[in-house]
Amino acid sequence: MEITVKDVEYLAEAAKFEFTEDEKQKFAQALSDVINAVDVLAQTDTQGVQPTIYVISVKNVFREDEVLPSMDRDILLKNAADVQDGCYRVPKVVE
Amino acid sequence: MELYKLTVHEAVDLINKKEVTYQQIVQSALQQIHEVDKDVKAFITLTDERALEDSRQLDAVKADEEGLSVLAGIPFGVEDNICTQGVRTTCASKMLDNFVPPYSATAFSRIARQRGVLMGKLNTDEFSMGLTTETSYFHETRNPWDLNRIAGGASAGAAAAVAADEVFYALATDTGGSLRRAAAFCGVVGLKPTYGMVSRYGVISSGSSMDQVGPIAKNVKDCALVFQAIAGSDKADPMTATARVADYVGALADDIKGLRIGLLRECFDKGIDKDVKEAVLNAAKTLEGLGAHVEEISLPSVELAPAAHCVILSAEVSSNLGRYDGIKYGYRVERCQDLDDLYKKTRTQGFGDEVKLRVMLGTYALSAGNYERYYLQALKVRTIIKAELEKAFEKFDAVVLPTCSTTAWKFGDKVDSALAMFLADKYTAPASIAGVPAITIPCGFDVNGLPIGMQLMGKPFSEATLLRIAFTFEQNTDYHIKRPAIDWR
Repeated sequence: MEITVKDVEYLAEAAKFEFTEDEKQKFAQALSDVINAVDVLAQTDTQGVQPTIYVISVKNVFREDEVLPSMDRDILLKNAADVQDGCYRVPKVVE
Repeated sequence: MELYKLTVHEAVDLINKKEVTYQQIVQSALQQIHEVDKDVKAFITLTDERALEDSRQLDAVKADEEGLSVLAGIPFGVEDNICTQGVRTTCASKMLDNFVPPYSATAFSRIARQRGVLMGKLNTDEFSMGLTTETSYFHETRNPWDLNRIAGGASAGAAAAVAADEVFYALATDTGGSLRRAAAFCGVVGLKPTYGMVSRYGVISSGSSMDQVGPIAKNVKDCALVFQAIAGSDKADPMTATARVADYVGALADDIKGLRIGLLRECFDKGIDKDVKEAVLNAAKTLEGLGAHVEEISLPSVELAPAAHCVILSAEVSSNLGRYDGIKYGYRVERCQDLDDLYKKTRTQGFGDEVKLRVMLGTYALSAGNYERYYLQALKVRTIIKAELEKAFEKFDAVVLPTCSTTAWKFGDKVDSALAMFLADKYTAPASIAGVPAITIPCGFDVNGLPIGMQLMGKPFSEATLLRIAFTFEQNTDYHIKRPAIDWR
């Protein structure tokens, strides 16, 4: 399986990256190498086998519906690059 | 006396006998850090002032004869993908260069509550993706046994700091073998617990279905002690709901008579260094000589573990790293046209190439048309591997295999890439894929004097048995006593 530059452009758009033409070539090659290496999976007989997402049986873990202290807004906002009036500031989203 | 060279237990003995103070212990470790870390480069962030203040306070408490925990006052380090409230946590990425977590990871909090003394945050590969710390945004960590060589990856900072006696122990993470590989390359002990034994709360997510925090220590006893402190259920991580904690320190008997140990045949056939093969096979003979019943075992599906691990990890990474958008925390580009441009520029400038490759690989494996062939198929192969291991553990108490197929290589000898990682994970991926515990302990040295690690895998929640086997091996060998010469100073 070969990953093309066009595939890389599609993946970059989905994952929100920007690449130069050289980078696209480089990533296409690197991705092809890995995809070929993992293709051994596709050749494995898994008929009738159920997938395992989590290795331990996942059940809902309930707790009492109590109000617990939340983190302080000012402390949380300290890590943000752009803040105004206690909110995150972002570029205009809606025209 | 060179206090920094002590193990946790030895240090505690001296403190209890009032032969040394907490301040002396911490000062000794700090002195060693200042002496060697300019070469080893294990740390990203040092918390030296805070450490000294902590030790001063502890000495004041001790004077009042208040009972303190065994980890109190003992200097330790934390891999920089584990959140420490108020202390910068970077994940070795430009993306989190200035991130100061508003809360601490549970594993760290549990040690902090026992008043362990944090010396700083330890280097890793960017978002734990790499084998050598060459993907770290900051610097490469070098192996204390030979500065021209890698100390492993991603948990290289943690393993190198312990091996160079800069800290008494460290907390690190393991998603596919990171903790175990680095510990093996640096000649120290490392435990990857059963999935769900240690809370992931506050651990910066990589492969969420495999991420585990574990200890790296100078010997098995210290490893058990630290594991005891961090293990157990935590309301903040529902995966720990079924965790079963045992008395790990109490389990350290020098006795493995009658235990059944499987020797994993597939590991010794091909693609393994001669010295590593010899050392691990000799170690298995030693275990046999100590009364264990050792028998060869074949688990054909483990050959598929690296491929399955690679796909599952990439898929989970691509989802987990979606949160880095430049808005709530982390790097943010200064100029942008609109929101989409903000995302793209921030992520393009904030992440390194290895991270980008992983994210795209995961995006590819999850995309329409590829999902069944890669992601779903990897999850089915995981079922097969898990079932095969479960069957093996009906017959065996543990399975022995090498931790890595080689010893630490020289910088530049192998290109750090997802493909190289894929190959290097071959002995460590099975335990991660199946969520079972695995410990690595030193079991010999190669022709260049570099440490070799033996790995023991067990069934879920069998850490006590693994620690007991490791302890017995350690009591009857002296590989763990040898430390790097550090004559390059």
